[in-house]
Amino acid sequence: MRTNDVMLQTATKVVTFIILMFAVHIFFAGHYTPGGGFVGGLLTASAIVLLMLAYDIETVKKIIPFNYVMMTATGLLLALGTASASIFFNVPFFTHAYDYFDLPLWGKTSLHSAALFDLGVYLVVVGVTMTIIQTIGEDE
Amino acid sequence: MSNLLLFPVLIPLLFAAILLFFPKKIRLQRLIAALGAGLALLAVLFLIAKVKADGIQAVTLGSWDAPFGITMVSDLFSALLVLSATVITLFIIFYSFPTIGVAREQSYYYPAVLFLLTGVNGAFTTGDIFNLFVFFEVLLMSSYMLIVHGGEKPQLRETIKYLLVNIISSALFVAAVAFLYSVTGTLNMADLAVKIPQIEATGILTVIAVMFLVVFGFKAAIFPLYFWLPGSYYAPPIPILALFGALLTKVGVYAIMRTYTLFFTMDTDFTHELLGIIAIVTILAGCIGALAYFDVKKIIIYNIIIAVGVILFGVSQLNEAGVDGAIFYLVHDMLIKAALFFLVGIIAVIFGTSNLREMGGLIKTYPFLGWLFLVTTFGLAGIPPLSGFPGKLLIVQGGFEGPQFWGSIVVLATSLLVLLSVIRIFIYAFWGEPVETVPLKKSTYRKMLIPSVLLVALTVLLGVGAELFMPYISGAGEVLLNPSIYIDAVLKE
Repeated sequence: MRTNDVMLQTATKVVTFIILMFAVHIFFAGHYTPGGGFVGGLLTASAIVLLMLAYDIETVKKIIPFNYVMMTATGLLLALGTASASIFFNVPFFTHAYDYFDLPLWGKTSLHSAALFDLGVYLVVVGVTMTIIQTIGEDE
Repeated sequence: MSNLLLFPVLIPLLFAAILLFFPKKIRLQRLIAALGAGLALLAVLFLIAKVKADGIQAVTLGSWDAPFGITMVSDLFSALLVLSATVITLFIIFYSFPTIGVAREQSYYYPAVLFLLTGVNGAFTTGDIFNLFVFFEVLLMSSYMLIVHGGEKPQLRETIKYLLVNIISSALFVAAVAFLYSVTGTLNMADLAVKIPQIEATGILTVIAVMFLVVFGFKAAIFPLYFWLPGSYYAPPIPILALFGALLTKVGVYAIMRTYTLFFTMDTDFTHELLGIIAIVTILAGCIGALAYFDVKKIIIYNIIIAVGVILFGVSQLNEAGVDGAIFYLVHDMLIKAALFFLVGIIAVIFGTSNLREMGGLIKTYPFLGWLFLVTTFGLAGIPPLSGFPGKLLIVQGGFEGPQFWGSIVVLATSLLVLLSVIRIFIYAFWGEPVETVPLKKSTYRKMLIPSVLLVALTVLLGVGAELFMPYISGAGEVLLNPSIYIDAVLKE
């Protein structure tokens, strides 16, 4: 008999978005306050895991049709690419660049290439965590 | 261009990441893996030329000043090791095509090999003790994956042991680095080499030095810490075994050589004598194992342990002949171990077993393979024109000049045992009554033979042209014996 988990599923629909927003917040807060790509990635993965608990792996695969191995590889390439960009400017590897920009809604904002590196870390963390959980979950 | 020394680390990493996108397309996997290793090889050749011409190359990542950022340093010693590692990996990729099997190729085999190369090259190149730990983990993670790759029962059993041993030694590594950091307050190797002689409490530093010996000894398989190696290396298939035998223990040896010449020189009477004694006992233990088994893989595996002992004995003498000999022998040993595993792999495939007692008479059907194997065994034992000779000669000379002359006698005497252990393979497998063999396709045989022949040719070249390579070897030894050259190159300005 299948139990009725309408409470869990309804709560999940709300909570998942809160967790995802918090993950994004933590990700962007990393430079000035505690946070960054690693925790941001783990939080995102935890949101997806909550979805998997409330529904099942097949449904979540339909909602989020990502290949997590490729996500890991993309993150790796992004991190490597950000660090290697300095090679083309003939400065030591991993030298980052930043500047201040006037963005329409945010006003004066500093944009730092380290954020791109962090995005790579974020993708790798989400990809690896989800690969682990999906692989174990699908194992018969 | 200042980032040149990073290319041998970055190119395999880039190609490994690219390979993750299409695991099922075997042809593309093979092509791109070979391309990645080939490009890395090209980069190392440029790097060696540059290091030879302009001296030590150093770059501190992120444009930070030297002791504060992570420094990557390429002197001749590390450049030579990076070259050997890259050459061997390239040949192993070629050797894998016919041997590793489609199922393994389709589940991220080549990315793992390239990640392993990234870790090995990074460990050889780094100039920061914690970064060394990170690169150790990169290569260990890849080796965990490779050792269990395929998931056969013996592999699963041995992986658990291998994992346990390496996790414990990695935890010890972190603890040792923590101790060193709390005493000196720095992690940069050149800065450590400056700070350590200024510290008067040599007692605690000697303790840390011995801790590092234990940590790296686990990776390099020195005497009481080699127990995990024979079983673990026996489990994976031949190409992976060749990769491990040629590269992994040598990274531990490199780390011991680097730390024991660059900064743990405050109490050589204790630390280096200990290293010398352990090295000799390691040789003896390896010889016992190499003679005890009737299994071709086991015999070569125990020869890895013997070679580790010989190299470390040369280092422990801390004189020019000993250190030069150790470097030469290290390069020779990486190449010859890979070659031996290749050949033993072919023999094992032909007979369908690795048990010596079930072999015989191969010289009638495979004469070329037989003579090739004989040349390789002579090279391993150190018979004069071949590559094992110059290194061992220098190590023995270093021993006679240094404090432990009796060690040299052991090294000489055990050379005979080494020769005996491998010539036994030749006698049992190639002489005698022919035994029924597994039919092997001509094209597969040729594909396995070509990388082996090239690798053996390289070792012969290394032996015959020793005079040609000596400037590189002695240039590498000079940096090890005079840490001030290293320090000046890193902490310039």
